[in-house]
Amino acid sequence: MKSLRVRPLSYTAFLMHRLSGLGLAIFLPLHFFVLAQAIRGESELDRALRLTDSLIVKFAEWGLVVLLTLHLVGGARLLLIEFGPWRGVRSGWITATVITSGVTGFLFLYSLVN
Amino acid sequence: MASTAIAQARAWYWQRISAMVLMVFVFIHLGLILYAMRGGLTAAEILGRTQGNLGLAVFYAVFVLACVIHVPLGLQKIAEEWGGMTPPTAQLLTRGFAALILVLGLTAVWAVTAP
Repeated sequence: MKSLRVRPLSYTAFLMHRLSGLGLAIFLPLHFFVLAQAIRGESELDRALRLTDSLIVKFAEWGLVVLLTLHLVGGARLLLIEFGPWRGVRSGWITATVITSGVTGFLFLYSLVN
Repeated sequence: MASTAIAQARAWYWQRISAMVLMVFVFIHLGLILYAMRGGLTAAEILGRTQGNLGLAVFYAVFVLACVIHVPLGLQKIAEEWGGMTPPTAQLLTRGFAALILVLGLTAVWAVTAP
């Protein structure tokens, strides 16, 4: 019989941190490229920003803010594990990572419509 | 072998030091995004706040530099562990990426903060 392999929670935390980091790394050059359009004047930056008006791009932006929070709080957990007193895998911080990302995602949406 | 171990240890601590710096910057950046996003963004709104703002220019220039250290080190690990690349290949690629975000990042900071 195939044994059931259960990944520990800390593996999920590792995956969340790595994938959010990868997503942010891919986004970074695009983000800088859009902002750098301002060097050619306000209208060029506005043109680049207007491209970000579509719903899909808005959703991607929302996702990036969520990823940034995931990576921030998940990273704080890693630093605590490595440099703080040993208290296991600090699963409370994994929960905090997910909750704060959700809150930031909500605040982003709220900020967008207000 | 020893030089690989030293290189790995060095990459590890640069990754952690830059992470500590970035925590402060990302926290402030997230706050600024949520504040600035209200009701959407226009170029005039952004540039009105940023042009000639030396404090923001320094803040974001240091932010870019910390990213230039942190991001390629993370990508290098992914390229090695998931991409199956050898450390020298992964390092070459991620250093190219570092150069790209350094130039693009500092250009972006200059573009939005120059008076």
